[in-house]
Amino acid sequence: MNYYESKDLGRFAEVGKFAGDLMKKFFDYYNEATGKDGALTKREKALIALAVAHVKQCPYCIDAYTTQCLETGSNPEEMTEAAHVAAAMEAGMTLVHVVQMHNGLDRQGG
Amino acid sequence: MRDDNRELFLTVIDRHGLKLDPLSIETLQVNVGKLCNQACQHCHVDASPYRTEEMDRRTVDQCLKILRDNSAIENLDITGGAPELNPNFDYFVTEARRIGKHVMVRHNLTVTFDGHPKTKESKEYLPEFFARNRVEVISSLPYYQEYFTDKQRGKGAFRKSIEGLKRLNAQGYGREDGSLVLNLVYNPVGAFLPAAQASLEADFKRRLHQQFGIVFNRLYTITNMPIHRFKKQLEHLGTYEEYMTKLVNAFNPAAAEGIMCRSLLSVGYDGKLYDCDFNQMVEMPIRNGDPMTVFNFDFDKLISRRIFFASHCFGCTAGAGSSCGGTTT
Repeated sequence: MNYYESKDLGRFAEVGKFAGDLMKKFFDYYNEATGKDGALTKREKALIALAVAHVKQCPYCIDAYTTQCLETGSNPEEMTEAAHVAAAMEAGMTLVHVVQMHNGLDRQGG
Repeated sequence: MRDDNRELFLTVIDRHGLKLDPLSIETLQVNVGKLCNQACQHCHVDASPYRTEEMDRRTVDQCLKILRDNSAIENLDITGGAPELNPNFDYFVTEARRIGKHVMVRHNLTVTFDGHPKTKESKEYLPEFFARNRVEVISSLPYYQEYFTDKQRGKGAFRKSIEGLKRLNAQGYGREDGSLVLNLVYNPVGAFLPAAQASLEADFKRRLHQQFGIVFNRLYTITNMPIHRFKKQLEHLGTYEEYMTKLVNAFNPAAAEGIMCRSLLSVGYDGKLYDCDFNQMVEMPIRNGDPMTVFNFDFDKLISRRIFFASHCFGCTAGAGSSCGGTTT
């Protein structure tokens, strides 16, 4: 028994066992936002979702959007670049706080 | 054969009010043998350089007689294995063309360079032979990049396939005027469904032309059938049930209406008749008491037959559908 079981992703709808109308609203919104071509194609949306899945390190989402990216025609280079964009953003968000540190150093007369 | 999902397939088509009987027999798809220069990971035929099954001349002649006697059958679709390795292949093509049939060959591209795995006979004449006989060439290319292609078809397959495509282009294949038709076949490298055919075709065209100067006419997307080598791979990875669930959940009644067994007959190397190449590989022959063959071919009985369905039929009805001619919707 692990905390994460890959089969549990298929049980996502069971979350609606309680407060079902809220889950229905969530699923309608989720499917509308991610599952259809809009201003962005489903393929582009899948790459964005894959990048977010890596940032949030959600194993369910990484599994689901690896498949979704392949099923919408992305290749491993594109998928890996999406993860690098996510990683670079995270690194950038860490490093931009160095400015805060420098402000602190200035206040300390450093 | 134990088939857990056959009843489910029948239930599902019944629930959708579908009556999937034959509509016509436009195409005779003939599997002339299981010998191949490759041993691809996904192959539903389990073809390899070690297979010995091969259609003999008498059976080829009987197929030609059927084509001559039945004007409704417009197309001959020759498959294998690598069909070019059958010693009667050239004869079969030239005779079928002589009687005015449209001939399609499922050509794996690499056989041109690998030659015959047993006799070592060269097959480098094939592109010119295809062009001279105005054969429609249908070639499997799992991806426009090396990684997925070699993973599925073996190391070096991509480079050889690119060279094979260039040789076909040099003969005039794949141009927009469509005088010599070159179609490619994509199938997923794993347990997922194909991307949308039109967008993937656009990707293939752009990438193959930009990188290699290659042109082709259409891309057919085909779903991997959960039988034989691919099924064993899924079972090895523990994902067979998951893949079957995906196929069942993706059942599309519109795709089911267009499944190829409604307009095609499949012939085995020994002359037995089947509803499709997949039924052939799981030994589900068409029966009229005994299995029907090219030697007791009866068009009227065949057009009014009941098609045999099984678990793998969910592969043809998933998503946009899948057939030897790509999507069915």
